[in-house]
Amino acid sequence: MLIRRASDIAPSEITSESVYRQRRQFIKGLAAGGALLMSGPAAALSRYALDEEQMRYPGPDWLQQKLRAATRSADLSTNEKLTPYEHVTGYNNFYEFGLGKGDPRDYAQQLQTDPWSVEVSGEVHKPGIYQLEDLLKGVDLEERIYRLRCVEAWSMVIPWIGFPLASLLKRFEPTGNARYVAFTTLHDPEQMRGQRSRFGTIDWPYVEGLRMDEAMHPLTILAVGVYGDALPPQNGAPLRLVVPWKYGFKSIKSIVRIHLTDKMPPTSWNRTAPGEYGFYANVNPAVDHPRWSQSTERRLPSSLFSPNIIDTQPFNGYADQVAHLYSGMDLRKWY
Amino acid sequence: MVLSIAALHRHAVGRWLFWSLLFLGSLLPLGWISWQAVQQNLGADPAQVIVTFLGIWALRYLWITLAVTPARRLFGLGWLQRYRRMLGLYALFYATLHLLAVATFILGWRPDLLLRELTERPYIIVGFSAWVLLLPLGITSTQGWQRRLGKRWKTLHWLIYPIALLVLLHFAWLIRAGYLEVLIYTLLLAFLLGYRLYLKWR
Repeated sequence: MLIRRASDIAPSEITSESVYRQRRQFIKGLAAGGALLMSGPAAALSRYALDEEQMRYPGPDWLQQKLRAATRSADLSTNEKLTPYEHVTGYNNFYEFGLGKGDPRDYAQQLQTDPWSVEVSGEVHKPGIYQLEDLLKGVDLEERIYRLRCVEAWSMVIPWIGFPLASLLKRFEPTGNARYVAFTTLHDPEQMRGQRSRFGTIDWPYVEGLRMDEAMHPLTILAVGVYGDALPPQNGAPLRLVVPWKYGFKSIKSIVRIHLTDKMPPTSWNRTAPGEYGFYANVNPAVDHPRWSQSTERRLPSSLFSPNIIDTQPFNGYADQVAHLYSGMDLRKWY
Repeated sequence: MVLSIAALHRHAVGRWLFWSLLFLGSLLPLGWISWQAVQQNLGADPAQVIVTFLGIWALRYLWITLAVTPARRLFGLGWLQRYRRMLGLYALFYATLHLLAVATFILGWRPDLLLRELTERPYIIVGFSAWVLLLPLGITSTQGWQRRLGKRWKTLHWLIYPIALLVLLHFAWLIRAGYLEVLIYTLLLAFLLGYRLYLKWR
């Protein structure tokens, strides 16, 4: 197994944020000075932490060059302190692998992520079943450092690698009737132990959706990597959505189907508890979850005696870019 | 095993030994979670792990306390009776730590957040009420209070049943998905309370 459990990793082995940034600066400096000893342009992103190789998920060979070539999209990235890799990949919800926050890391490692195909259907001129490798041909990957706000009132800052969903959708040539995009996660109880449980409340497969303008927004990306390397299975490998102004559950993982439609598609959490989770699920401190407050969040990792409590921002701090999408809408009604 | 424990209780040394064992053994969950916290083994959100852990142990001790009477009746474990108070006090102990952990690790003792949680969040109101009701039971658990209250002591301690129901509601209310654990504790409580109804009405 390539990913070691967090408990096996001494804190000293983990590259600190500052060291990591220094390395990035150093490599950028190399590239800028033309003294480029490494091959390829800005062989940068993979250098997140040189001594962490062993705990990284390798991902397919064909992806490596693309990941290395990824460049940071500075305008669309936050400069907040990153949540360490071990927490990004060791603490999350992915109920397909269990209900515990560590279950995805513990039980997702055997997921077959390559080859991987995605079915594109519905209101498009070019439907079909596409291999992920083919989908990524000619796509330039970018790094986007986004805030991720979970509906459970904790948050992280994560350096994703991906590409705008808009660029992909355009290639399938949506018809004039395409008003929504529906996504489906892999349904494979053999590989996903959480889908075998009889006591869950979610009907598998997990489904999510976006309105077309949300899907085409430049902040909306499909991610294939994190922290300079391939996306590990627990984070939704090999292909996941990232919509940073919405609660985390909107960012569906391990996508096998993208369906364009003229109707608002069903979404898993809305089906499970319609009074608690709406279709839009925009981060909104003014609208509480019926059972808990959304006005503050704990930025992880939070230390015990000084819990990192911060005020939650409307649209998770992306209001300037996305608030106009919802002008005239009552966000209490369309939560 | 049952026989040997009963035999153990015929001697003062044996009683003392068993009391010590149970007393120290009940501190093991606290010791374990403290050690994990010091070792930084609790992941990205140790606060949540600690709070959940202490809460579930409070619930378990409450259920164990309620199991004393049925176990005594059904399996003839008479010696269990003398430990009921200790078990009940451990339920209060872990519930108090659970509450302190929420206030300290999750809310940072921020007055606005404390007020908000205690007034607006139904599952917190329910859980907090259970603790408030449990407190007088803990205080009056001594023999002195038993004497002083006489008949009323029993009436007061009858509160343990609504408290258990509040605790179960508090637990079930914060689940997002996956009801297996809640289901198990519900069935256990249904048996523990149902047995008492059976005793009353048979």
